[in-house]
Amino acid sequence: MTLVIGAFTIGLILSLLSMGVWISFRILRYCDITVDGSITLGASVTAVMIINGWSPWSATIAGTLAGGAAGFATGMLHTKFRIQELLAGILVMTALYSVNLRVMGKSNVPLINVENISSPVGRMLNRGTGGADSINLLGWAVPIQDASMLITVLIITVIVALFIRRFLLTHLGTAMRATGENPQMVRAQGVNNQTMIVFGLVFANALVGMSGALLAQYQGFADVQMGIGMIVWGLASIIIGEALVSKCTPGFALCGAIMGTILFRLLVAIALRWGLNPNDLKLVTAVFVFAALVLPGGIKYFIGKYSKEKLNG
Amino acid sequence: MVSIRDLTKTFFPKTPNEVKALRGIDLDIPEGCFAAIIGTNGSGKSTLLNAVAGTFKPDQGNILIGRQDITNWAEYRRASLIGRVFQNPFAGTAAEMTIAENVVMAMRRGCRRGLGLALRRSVRHEIAERISSLKMGLEDRLDNPIGTLSGGQRQALTLLMATWLRPSLLLLDEHTAALDPKSAAQVAELTLEIIRREKLTALMVTHSMQQAVQLPEHIIMMHKGEIVRQFGGQEKARVRVSDLLAAFDHVRRQEQLDPAVSEILGSQYV
Repeated sequence: MTLVIGAFTIGLILSLLSMGVWISFRILRYCDITVDGSITLGASVTAVMIINGWSPWSATIAGTLAGGAAGFATGMLHTKFRIQELLAGILVMTALYSVNLRVMGKSNVPLINVENISSPVGRMLNRGTGGADSINLLGWAVPIQDASMLITVLIITVIVALFIRRFLLTHLGTAMRATGENPQMVRAQGVNNQTMIVFGLVFANALVGMSGALLAQYQGFADVQMGIGMIVWGLASIIIGEALVSKCTPGFALCGAIMGTILFRLLVAIALRWGLNPNDLKLVTAVFVFAALVLPGGIKYFIGKYSKEKLNG
Repeated sequence: MVSIRDLTKTFFPKTPNEVKALRGIDLDIPEGCFAAIIGTNGSGKSTLLNAVAGTFKPDQGNILIGRQDITNWAEYRRASLIGRVFQNPFAGTAAEMTIAENVVMAMRRGCRRGLGLALRRSVRHEIAERISSLKMGLEDRLDNPIGTLSGGQRQALTLLMATWLRPSLLLLDEHTAALDPKSAAQVAELTLEIIRREKLTALMVTHSMQQAVQLPEHIIMMHKGEIVRQFGGQEKARVRVSDLLAAFDHVRRQEQLDPAVSEILGSQYV
């Protein structure tokens, strides 16, 4: 059960990342790998602030803003200095590695015995249960600490998802959605598509930063290596989500991204439990994303070929 | 009123591929005039249209709409004055977004876009009402992705979107060329209807001599980056005579009209 609770919690935290990747990858159609750096930036800023006595909430907000700043840097490199989108992301991601080390002062900042974002909920549960150290969740005894984290990230993720959905349905959000699909049309309607790209990347990376901030508090440390491969995890989650939800309105797509992330984390947890070497995890994920990107086209190709042969025969 | 003064553009200057696309174009389109540019491939007609739309900066010269000099305006900024329909029926709309969402973007062409909900019920009502004027049954499909429509439907919708807010200038870039003959005729008819009703100033690039004779009030003939001939007023009215139309049609059948021939034809028949 700890496994499932853990997968759910990490899944919810990473679904913020997935929603960010969804915005850059699917809405802006911008392959933004700043993500690998900005999630660590969010985590390190938050960890250092909490260590230095800031409240977890303000630290989380600061981590979110830091992620947004990273997105701004990538956006400016791409739009103002005309650097290719992939290279702009690589440059910022690489630079962020040093920035993160500077922020933390070392490669790893532990967050042990400090207040985190779920502590208020934990105290509430504690009071509610009269001081027990675990609560009953669907028949399982779950440690208060885990339960409060799950509840906190659930609330945050739901609020953030509703906020994004609402934003995408505004005039500004509509323009942003059209930017990725048809920049020509967007310009013809009087929208500066470059500004939209920068804005979208800030938005996306702020979400990623927030995900990092929560992840650091959940796992109890920020590490300079923690962002490696996150973009691929995000993509894998989105792809699973799109398989789960076929409709592409913003609300459904966001639901898909969240569900996809949780399902992906569950699959990972199960695979690890069954004895998958954790070192192989990233390879397996990359192969999965490759398959998910290529197989649908491949299957169509083969079906097309088969039916053609049938017609000719 | 649109004024173009000494507009010059050279692509790939000082290279073997140098193309003098525009060589000092001077052109005035009076308020409420529907003008068409004709010419062969490479005559600079599309380049002229794109210069007005703002897809590139000219080397020299000025473009004025009304009293505003828009020469240095970015493309997106010009949208507050200019409505555009493209040759590619897919270029003017975002395929995966719904009809209503596409239209609501056009309802704010050149305006500030805030955080208000884009598709309020009253707005949807307004969209449905105005779209029903197309008589394509699209008002019942407001929530369908626009990619599910045919090229002709999309182009008609793009035209409606471009003129939803009255533009100071409507730019039509061979907007019927990629459609099947029936849809092309429909869209052409709709174009004329909207321009007449709203008394729009419009500039259309066309390959079709027939269209140039039928639709606009003014014809601009371009060749190698220069305006070689213009037919306006009485002269243009006489170009409409049916036998002339047949003569132009006959030439058009040769697909790619030789510019010299078109020039001779132009001077001969008028």
